[in-house]
Amino acid sequence: MTPLDYAGYTMSAGDLIPLLPLLAVTATSIWVMMAIGVKRNYPFVLGSTVAGLLLAALLAMRLLTGPAPEAAPLLTMDAYAQFFTVLICAAAVGVSLLSHNYWTEFDDQREEFFLLLSLATLGAIVLAGANHFASLLLGLETLSMSLYGMLAYPVHSKRKANSHALESAVKYLILSAVSTAMILFGVALIYAETGSLAFAGLGGLPAGPGVGFSVVALLLVSAGVAFKLSLFPFHIWTPDVYEGAPAPATAYLATIGKIVVFIVLLRVVVETRSLGIAPVVIVFSLLALLSIIAGNLLALLQDNIKRILAYSSIAHMGYLLIAIIAAFYAEGPISIEAVSFYLFAYVVMTLGAFGVVSLLSSDALERDGISDYQGLFWRRPWLAAAFTGMLLSLAGIPLTAGFIGKFYLVLAGVESGLWLLLAALVVGSGIGLYYYLRIVYRMLLPEPADAPELRQGNAAFAIVLVLFALLVLFGVYPASLMSLIQGIAL
Amino acid sequence: MILTLLIALLFIGGLLAWFSERINPALPRWIALAVLAIELLLMLSLLSATPENGWLAAYNHAWLPRFGISLQFAVDGFSLLLLLLTAFLGIVAVGSAWSEITERAGFFYFNLLWTLAGVVGIFTALDLFLFFFFWEVMLIPMYFIIAIWGHENKFYAAKKFFIFTQVSGLIMLVSIVVLAWFHYLQFGFFSFAYQDLLNVGMNRSMEMWVMLGFFIGFATKLPSVPFHNWLPDAHSQAPSAGSIILAGVLLKTGAYGLVRFAVPLFPNAAAEFAPFAMTLAAISILYCAKVAFAQSDIKRLIAYTSVSHMGFVTLGVYAWNELALQGAVMTMLAHGLSSAALFMLAGALQHRIHTRNMHEMGGFWGRVPRMSAVALFFSIAALGMPGLGNFIGEFLALLGAFQANQVLTIISAFGLIFASVYSLWVIQKIFHGKYSDNAFDGSRLLDLDNREMAFYAAMMAGLVWMGVYPQSFLDLSAPTLQALLESQAGAAAVGALQP
Repeated sequence: MTPLDYAGYTMSAGDLIPLLPLLAVTATSIWVMMAIGVKRNYPFVLGSTVAGLLLAALLAMRLLTGPAPEAAPLLTMDAYAQFFTVLICAAAVGVSLLSHNYWTEFDDQREEFFLLLSLATLGAIVLAGANHFASLLLGLETLSMSLYGMLAYPVHSKRKANSHALESAVKYLILSAVSTAMILFGVALIYAETGSLAFAGLGGLPAGPGVGFSVVALLLVSAGVAFKLSLFPFHIWTPDVYEGAPAPATAYLATIGKIVVFIVLLRVVVETRSLGIAPVVIVFSLLALLSIIAGNLLALLQDNIKRILAYSSIAHMGYLLIAIIAAFYAEGPISIEAVSFYLFAYVVMTLGAFGVVSLLSSDALERDGISDYQGLFWRRPWLAAAFTGMLLSLAGIPLTAGFIGKFYLVLAGVESGLWLLLAALVVGSGIGLYYYLRIVYRMLLPEPADAPELRQGNAAFAIVLVLFALLVLFGVYPASLMSLIQGIAL
Repeated sequence: MILTLLIALLFIGGLLAWFSERINPALPRWIALAVLAIELLLMLSLLSATPENGWLAAYNHAWLPRFGISLQFAVDGFSLLLLLLTAFLGIVAVGSAWSEITERAGFFYFNLLWTLAGVVGIFTALDLFLFFFFWEVMLIPMYFIIAIWGHENKFYAAKKFFIFTQVSGLIMLVSIVVLAWFHYLQFGFFSFAYQDLLNVGMNRSMEMWVMLGFFIGFATKLPSVPFHNWLPDAHSQAPSAGSIILAGVLLKTGAYGLVRFAVPLFPNAAAEFAPFAMTLAAISILYCAKVAFAQSDIKRLIAYTSVSHMGFVTLGVYAWNELALQGAVMTMLAHGLSSAALFMLAGALQHRIHTRNMHEMGGFWGRVPRMSAVALFFSIAALGMPGLGNFIGEFLALLGAFQANQVLTIISAFGLIFASVYSLWVIQKIFHGKYSDNAFDGSRLLDLDNREMAFYAAMMAGLVWMGVYPQSFLDLSAPTLQALLESQAGAAAVGALQP
């Protein structure tokens, strides 16, 4: 094969190996699209999607321990990227199986949902490896475009009487477009200054006190990122989008849709931390502080599980930001490990929590009111136990991965001496307990007499149990994951 | 090895109890009883162990090597005493729940055993991360016990208990991490081991802040004014088995933490802080005794007296000399028994007549003579009658504290008088006076049966033993306390305490 030549960079066939997971997901998307075109066969489409994503996850797992590849101009598929590729693909498999349960009685075509899902995953993997603003935007848009479709998926269904899916998708579309525009403007300014779109070129930004130019550029990018992460005060879209969308799409948005932005953000921070641009750090600290407090306080007022989880995710993004800010200050790897571990735990527990919601829901009826869960402990003990585990993990209680994640965050915060943010973490966790326990308590109450039948779903139930097992396993014995994460640190 | 067995047995026993319910609804309580009896025997077997480096038994295994965290357990005389108290009161709690808990019994005993597993972990863990792990682990099952089997206002109480202890626990976690981080800075590697962290040096203000983090964590559990707010609600709403565990065992974990960690790890800051801690102790003793007197809910009353009695423990710990520490340990043990018995009595009353309001009671002596005599015994024990364990504990604590701070000790001593006032007032109110069953179904007011009497008799025997021959307990805890005092850390604290 003749080597391709791109801007002085030669690519050989061997360089494709680190890209194999990405190629696998691409192939899955094309395969699924053509399969739908030839003949609609739902089990086949579902099977192909799951198989393709699993293959990608296995490939990435295999590449995780291999020698570090050279950085290509757009993508660096290093161990860090491969680790998150595994996480993304595994989570996407989880969402696929949850959706299978959710769409069982759907009165419209179900197949395209899986096409959108694998396309979104493609965008997510690109983001995991992005080292260049072009690939960043490419990945971000692939992800968001597919998500619009997923959020609005049941829009033509006649079964859903009170549909907010379209509202949810349009809100997400508009805000996502605005934030992309902001990021683009910031990137343009960075390009004007450094002449490079690679993250590595960020080091060329003028540094030191009073460099308005770099500050404005980075703040614009930060604001766009804050929209995507739904940090306070850019969070207003989140609860509405979460509530209106079908549960599996919400699960996808809440897990993969959030973590990929953090994955990129961490890369950018590692590149720019040498600049020591104080205003950016201050803005990030403020965003973290406000997100933790506001997210937790607003969650107190909700009666809808999806909205509670939406606000709690705002708070969790604030917690995670503590480690990102710590990475600005500290040279050591702890803050990076903290982000990695917490993202892992966050995916497990959020997917688990939404998994329970989508197991019990269908496109005709979203069971997301807190009263729908009354007496769940006595009706479906395992499901309720798993849900309790997820909620306690979100609250950071031991025996769950969320606790180890919180421990990492505290360690990262202590390393950099972020006392105010740690205080916010403590206060926020205290408030958070209140609404997590509210859900748990509802499940403990005696079941209401006129409670309707609960949906069954073997695939979704299996996913929830697997996530519960992972949650406890990495909450009690996280040593293996810790050393893996130590190995992938940037 | 025996230590891991102690903990594993409780965890596994809990699961067994839960699942055995499907076979036979009576099975869980038998399993719980059997597990706790084995625990007690295993702990008793440790009494005859020969100490090695001051530890009667120890276990160490790597857990999270990345941060130098290990499964490090060890037991000395002091922790063994508390372990024995835990297992004994566990059995008492099972006894009190025996006929009271009929709904979802399997899950109840699961939670009971898991709470005790957390407590045993706390009394044996020597790695601070592990310690914190157990510290939090016991909260969830306790939350379930209050929230599911509690009384009328159970959710509020359970939530308050959880949030208070969890937030104070997180503050402690931050402190633990800061301590470990300083160890990393000084020695170049992470460690959460107790012996390693004893060597960490910090500047004065940092040491004070970190110490305060520990103090808040422990003082909330103890509890001491101003962190005591959760306790009256949790105790009064919990089922009696829950109250027994809360008052008898859970409160002691806070005191244990003060003795084992909060003072030895931060000798200078603790010495500097001692006058404040002792002031808080004196306020706890007097203020909560007064508040107790104002209660009409009998369980709330006992709860406030617990705060008051635990004030003597704080007083003794921060006096930091052998007499005072011995007094604190004796108070922990004696209060464990007396408060557990009183909560069990209150629970028995409520189970029979469905009220805790003392204004609706009166003249019970003629109806339930056994119960009245038992109540009188434990009230007298709680007020500090010589010859019973509580007297020894509080007397020694005051004696030791007098060497450290005369004024506060004199003020605290008034607590003994207040204790007599409210204890006798309760007896007067419930058991004397005119009998009337307007507020409840009088036919349900039955006397204690033999099973119940057996439990009370065992606790009485314990209190008399402690009161008449305290030396057998003092001998067990003395080596630990002397070692703590003799260590450089302890010496610094004493030196700084006495101007």
